[in-house]
Amino acid sequence: MLGFGAVRLRTDMNRLLSLLFHQGVLDEQFLQLQHLQDQTSPNFVSDVVTIYFQESEKQLRNLRNLLLDREIWDYVKLGIHLNQLMGSSSSIGAKRMRNICAVFRAAVEQSNRPACIRALEVLEHEYCYLKNKLHELFQMEQQSVLGDAVRYPGVVHQL
Amino acid sequence: MVHEMEDDHVEDMEVEVLSSMWPEDIDEAGKRFNLEKPGLHEDMLEDLAFVEEPSIVDFKRLVELTSYSEKGSSQLAYLVKNWEYKQENAVRLLREELENLSKQQHEVQLKKLEIFEEHRFEESYVGDKRPVSVLGEGYEIFQDVPKKRNDFVVQDKRVEIDAEYDTVIYWKQKALHLGKLLEESVQREHILLEKLEESIENLEKQSSPVEELSQILKRADNFLHFVLQNAPVVIGHQDNELRYRFIYNHFPSLREEDIIGKTDVEIFKGGGVKESQDFKREVLERGIPGKREITFETELFGAKTFLIYVEPVFSKDGEKIGVNYMGMEITDQVKKREKMAKLREEIAVQKAKEKELNKTIHITEETMRAKQMLATMSHEIRSPLSGVVSMAEILSTTKLDKDQKQLLGVMLSSGDLVLQLINDILDLSKVESGVMKLEATKFRPREVIKHVLQTAAASLKKMLILEGHVADDVPLEIIGDVLRIRQILTNLISNAIKFTHQGKVQINLYVIPDPNSEGKQEPKINTNTDDSSISSKTDLQLNGNEENEPQLHETVVWIRCDVKDTGIGIPETALPNLFKKYMQAGADTARKYGGTGLGLAICKQLVELMGGHLTVSSKEHCGSTFTFILPHKVSHPCDGSDDTDEFGDMAGNESSDDDITCGFFQFQPHTLGSVFSSKDRISVFPEDLYSISSKVTHKEINSMDDDSSCFDTSSEPESSSKCNSENENTNSTAVASCSPSSKEDHVETWEARKDSNRSSECSSSGNREEVARSARKPKILLVEDQMVNVMVARRMMKQLNQDMDVVGNGAEAVRAVQSCTYDLILMDVCMPVMDGLQATRLIRSYETTGNWDEATKAGVDPHDSPSYEPGKRVPIIAMTANAMSESAEECFENGMDSFITKPVTLQKLKQCLEQYVE
Repeated sequence: MLGFGAVRLRTDMNRLLSLLFHQGVLDEQFLQLQHLQDQTSPNFVSDVVTIYFQESEKQLRNLRNLLLDREIWDYVKLGIHLNQLMGSSSSIGAKRMRNICAVFRAAVEQSNRPACIRALEVLEHEYCYLKNKLHELFQMEQQSVLGDAVRYPGVVHQL
Repeated sequence: MVHEMEDDHVEDMEVEVLSSMWPEDIDEAGKRFNLEKPGLHEDMLEDLAFVEEPSIVDFKRLVELTSYSEKGSSQLAYLVKNWEYKQENAVRLLREELENLSKQQHEVQLKKLEIFEEHRFEESYVGDKRPVSVLGEGYEIFQDVPKKRNDFVVQDKRVEIDAEYDTVIYWKQKALHLGKLLEESVQREHILLEKLEESIENLEKQSSPVEELSQILKRADNFLHFVLQNAPVVIGHQDNELRYRFIYNHFPSLREEDIIGKTDVEIFKGGGVKESQDFKREVLERGIPGKREITFETELFGAKTFLIYVEPVFSKDGEKIGVNYMGMEITDQVKKREKMAKLREEIAVQKAKEKELNKTIHITEETMRAKQMLATMSHEIRSPLSGVVSMAEILSTTKLDKDQKQLLGVMLSSGDLVLQLINDILDLSKVESGVMKLEATKFRPREVIKHVLQTAAASLKKMLILEGHVADDVPLEIIGDVLRIRQILTNLISNAIKFTHQGKVQINLYVIPDPNSEGKQEPKINTNTDDSSISSKTDLQLNGNEENEPQLHETVVWIRCDVKDTGIGIPETALPNLFKKYMQAGADTARKYGGTGLGLAICKQLVELMGGHLTVSSKEHCGSTFTFILPHKVSHPCDGSDDTDEFGDMAGNESSDDDITCGFFQFQPHTLGSVFSSKDRISVFPEDLYSISSKVTHKEINSMDDDSSCFDTSSEPESSSKCNSENENTNSTAVASCSPSSKEDHVETWEARKDSNRSSECSSSGNREEVARSARKPKILLVEDQMVNVMVARRMMKQLNQDMDVVGNGAEAVRAVQSCTYDLILMDVCMPVMDGLQATRLIRSYETTGNWDEATKAGVDPHDSPSYEPGKRVPIIAMTANAMSESAEECFENGMDSFITKPVTLQKLKQCLEQYVE
């Protein structure tokens, strides 16, 4: 990989990030997360996000199961799952996920099942979107790291 | 003789035809009545055993009927005609036969005469024939030779050939021959007579009209029976007195004699009988057939519904002589029909309900969406606005000339106000849904008035004088929800300005006695340190935050606030609607002055929420006065000096007592760009400006730090090194610390620590700080169930150079506290097994009692605890995703010291450590 490509990768990454920020998908918390990444833990962000995705997937599955259960309306459980999802979403700065969770929770509090199901669908959609975009981002990051390593073998690149 | 024979032949033929004619005729008659198809259904009919009892007939009446009623008579006439026709036919045949017979007799006579003549001739030997006695052997002798008939040549020839004429033998033979013929003829006559007798007998057998009629009738009757065998039908005839003359009922419960000659009412009892009788009578009277459903209440079968058809019967003269009546039981059908109707009704109701429900759902969803949109919108507005405000704050720390600073000050205060207003719009929906909680903070009413007027003056484009009067007895500091009070004032002021074109707008503030002495309930006041830029300011303050401590010896003062203008006033008719949402005084007013009409509604709701009243008095073309009274707690005088409130900051330590207690403010018209240029205001404002800048300094430190960290990361990939931004940061810090502030030292140390934490290679002061810190690292416990949050928090702590233990739920947290002493606990609120609130309660219970009884009760086994230190209280910070104040309250109620809203940022963690681990 040539240096030019690396520069372009960086630009692309920044563009993608700013797009995500502009869309409100991410917020400053994500930057905080990036900020926390340093040489001692070079993959911190992607590690956290990976775990986030694993957990969220579980939560989403639970939410769906709870919602599809027609007989029981377990709003307590729904609330717990939502809270957890909300907490972890806000921790990684997935702002839109968090907002949708808030709407979802409002719907749960109102016991409005159709609204809940809609919210869940939006949430799942948002989750996929976030996952795709972050995946894209990490791939670019990885490539650029690789590129850096090729360009300056043995030199630790500056973040 | 030949002729006779021919006749005989003819007769025979006719007789044969006759005999075969009878049954055919009958059949024909049958066909005409369409009663049967001969041969086809005979077997079937034979199989049927007709039960004749059901039909009960009054024959006399039937005869009457047939003779009097048109129908009966026509039927009868038809039958008679048919019979007559048949009789005629028979008579005709008989006559013909008689004629034939008499003819034959005549001929026989003639022949006899001839024979006698011949005999006489013989005797006299003149004639061929001798008179031969018909009886006795004589006639065997005589041969009969007919003379007249020339056709019978053969016989004549034979006679002629047999013997020689005029011989004895000849005559004998002739006589014999004639005798034979005679005998034959007599025989034929005899046979004919027999046949005649037979015919007559037959005729006699079949000739009775009654018999025939009754046969036909019987057949019809049989068919009717067959058809009606199982039909749930009652057929009857009643005379004009409605007495039964005939009834057919397949399921009879009464015998003939019980029914015939009686009326319905006489026979039956129960509901419906009278009705049916009346109906029959009605039909009889009107002469028009009719149908009706009548329900009879029978003892045996309960309610039975019959469909009754009644038709009048007329006599030949057109007189009504009775009714035919036919009833069919339709109880089941009626039931089904009723069921159907009911079902249909239910379906309709269901549909209506469904519609309603859908509507409700729709409305609910709409409302939710609208609320959500409002929240999102406010959020969306808030973020860029906070950008503007914080930029302005940064700007205010740069070198500016006086005018610029003044403009910037106004810009800042307006920006703040907008931010707060947005919050308040959000709160309005909270007020409406009843979840809004008021926050209690100390504030200085004079400052508030001044600030409100100042802000109003800044955007004033009219030649108006704004005045504020605060009576001397109004306390220096009172406790209340200052944001909301400001909002109310701002609303009222801007309203007043909007509708005033000349003159002045005044705010008067004074103390009044309790309007409803003692009976009034205090508004709910919620102590809270949370939220927004203000909270970050307060968080900077000393560790022991007095705001959380309950205020003792509080007195309540009622403060009345008048907002008076000299504007267009409000017509009296508009007053009742004034405080309703989206309502303005009138349509033309709305057009002329714009606005949403939400302002006064918000004001009223807020005032009422705080336990006060908002009233208005107005005179058209002279002006209006909006008055609200609010109860306020008076803060303890000793707290006043070390105030944590923003207005405390604003006033600053530098402001003289004079300004604090100054009760009069005036702002006069100005043109934009020279906001504070008028001379008389200079005396009021230097402190104010100063206070703004000093406030900004405090604020800036937070926001700068926040912002710079953001800038760092966002700008990193582009180029700039960290040191660069750090430099900027220190620069701004330097500016900040230039401004006189009592918290200067504090700020400095904090900044220094931040630097040292962030990057060691960045040269900055504060290395000894770090050394001191690492000497005794505080023990921190993180209680959090979610991996992501744990990772992030741990990482942050690492950046802050802190270690911490992590447990996954409340129960584990309690165990951890049992086995180890912590300096700080960060506690997630929502967790499985045991939530943060309960865990906190248990820990607090231990701290006060020294034992883990509560924990044991809750299912957490006590551990070997470290030595119990009475009075020690470990700070517990809640971490919650619920950013609402009600959730904060819950945290405090359960013994938590503070709370961080998620996401946990480095910033927040740092502040926490600052505040609680020292």
